[in-house]
Amino acid sequence: MLGKSYRVRNMNSVIETEDLTKEFDGLVAVNHITLSVGEREIFGFLGPNGAGKTTAVKMLCTILNPTSGAAKVCGYDIARQKDKVRECIGIVFQDRAIDTFLTGKENLDFHARMYHLDGKTRQRRVAEVLELLDLRGKENMRISQCSGGTQRRFEVARGFLNHPRVLFLDEPTLGLDVQARRNLWDYIKLLNEKEDITIVLTTHYMEEADYLCHRVAIIDQGRIVAIDSPEKLKQAVGLNLISLQIEDSSGALVDSLKQLNWVKKIEARDGSLELSIDGGEERIPELIDFADNRGLVISSVKLYKPSLEDTFLYYTGKTIREEEGSVKDIWKAWMRRSGGRR
Amino acid sequence: MRAIESRRIIDPLPIYTMWLREMKRFLRVKARVVGSLLMPLFFLAFLGLPLNSITARQIPGLEGTSYLNFLAPGIVGMTLLFAGTMSGASVIWDKEFGFLKEVLVAPVNRFSVILGRSLGGMTTAIIQALIIVGIAVAMGVTLSSVAGFFLALVVMVLTCAAFTGFGLIIATKLGNLEGFMAIMNLIVFPIFFLSGALFPIQSMPSWLKYVMYVDPLTYGVDGLRGTLVGISAFPLWLDFTVLIILCLALATLGSYFFSKMEAD
Repeated sequence: MLGKSYRVRNMNSVIETEDLTKEFDGLVAVNHITLSVGEREIFGFLGPNGAGKTTAVKMLCTILNPTSGAAKVCGYDIARQKDKVRECIGIVFQDRAIDTFLTGKENLDFHARMYHLDGKTRQRRVAEVLELLDLRGKENMRISQCSGGTQRRFEVARGFLNHPRVLFLDEPTLGLDVQARRNLWDYIKLLNEKEDITIVLTTHYMEEADYLCHRVAIIDQGRIVAIDSPEKLKQAVGLNLISLQIEDSSGALVDSLKQLNWVKKIEARDGSLELSIDGGEERIPELIDFADNRGLVISSVKLYKPSLEDTFLYYTGKTIREEEGSVKDIWKAWMRRSGGRR
Repeated sequence: MRAIESRRIIDPLPIYTMWLREMKRFLRVKARVVGSLLMPLFFLAFLGLPLNSITARQIPGLEGTSYLNFLAPGIVGMTLLFAGTMSGASVIWDKEFGFLKEVLVAPVNRFSVILGRSLGGMTTAIIQALIIVGIAVAMGVTLSSVAGFFLALVVMVLTCAAFTGFGLIIATKLGNLEGFMAIMNLIVFPIFFLSGALFPIQSMPSWLKYVMYVDPLTYGVDGLRGTLVGISAFPLWLDFTVLIILCLALATLGSYFFSKMEAD
């Protein structure tokens, strides 16, 4: 599961890194990352702030030079063939990097000229990207007058204007509201399909990685702790948890609950029951029926699903503690977060 | 094919693109255009006009001309100093607000990027300077000759290029916004006051004269004065020589630092 032993499904890898490392004044920001990204893949770096995802992407974009190790993007060395790499990539930066005094179209024109597109190609291409990202009618607005989501869309549009083979998105939806975020996700997916583009993104939103990425690398303190599809990653974290409160005594129910094959573990805690379950929301009605049939009333039910924090805790904790312990820690983390019980 | 293009030091399309952007930004921010013209206008109107009627003939070095004639080229020099330095130093802004990042990762030679940007900044600075010349003429300043005017344009370009380079050096070496404003006030204002823009060098005490001799703007202002209104403290060849050397040195150093600047 760790970097080195990983094999890509796709034979043609667009990005390959080997022991890619970046140190800042002795602090290791990116620690011996080895991975490869296949053609037309949406690949995500998932991790908390300061984990090194942005640094990793910056190295791949030729903005930062690696301290050691090597990486190739589109077959070109990121340290020695910067211009070659730059020609085949597009970048959307974490911070806004668009000229707010100019209109969207002017920004796109500017970018096209910087990438040496000739007049005809430029016009055609600008029209294409405006169309694709639904920016028609907004192209003559000044960027400073556009909403955050639209600004971001212009940046994405600009990022793939020059037909890059790889598009890097550094925290693409940071600071956007829920609707704009969902919107942008769909555009990113569309790009990936319509333009045959490989997309590498960084995020600290699990939903984002979950929704968009074919594969995710969980990164912590500069190290990749896991690489896999979001489904597999979540499965590895383990089971969803249901917290139950039952009126009267719960002792009777505990024994009978053990019969259910999807209940993997039961723990009693402060008058409520915690069940590790195989499955999701669909188990709640089953559970209520089950209790009902036995004449018991469930007064409250709560379902907890693994999230980034949990996935993350799982993967980072795994190397230190045994699995049994780490599951408990996940549980504690959930409780802390949901502010549930005192 | 593109790779060869991108390694070209002088790459016309990006140069034009950067120039165009500066022009568009300049024209779009009306407040900035007006604001940048107000200060020189104040100097001409509230310093030049009153002193014109009081002191003209009492200051050594001003014999045979009016104070306004003397002051106008100095204020043109001031405009170039401020606009040029700002143009170079506003690289900080572009960097801080992200726009520059996008440019720095484009497959374009950095020298072309900064050349285009500086040419844009210089164009806007010289437009401002010409507006000031126009205002000065409207106030009653008499220009010496047509040839002199065109020579003055050359002085403007050299002065402006030198201070754009100077601004770039400050921006790339300093790298943050807060320090930048302090430096601007700490360096740019003395450069202005010690340039002989307001008073003739000849009338200064000798210790101050030597300070003024090392002020680069002194030669810009003197060159402008010589070409525009026909009075100067130094021979024109000296002004031109100093300006050309300064311009080459500062612009080269500025663009060198820029090319070494990290995109992040």
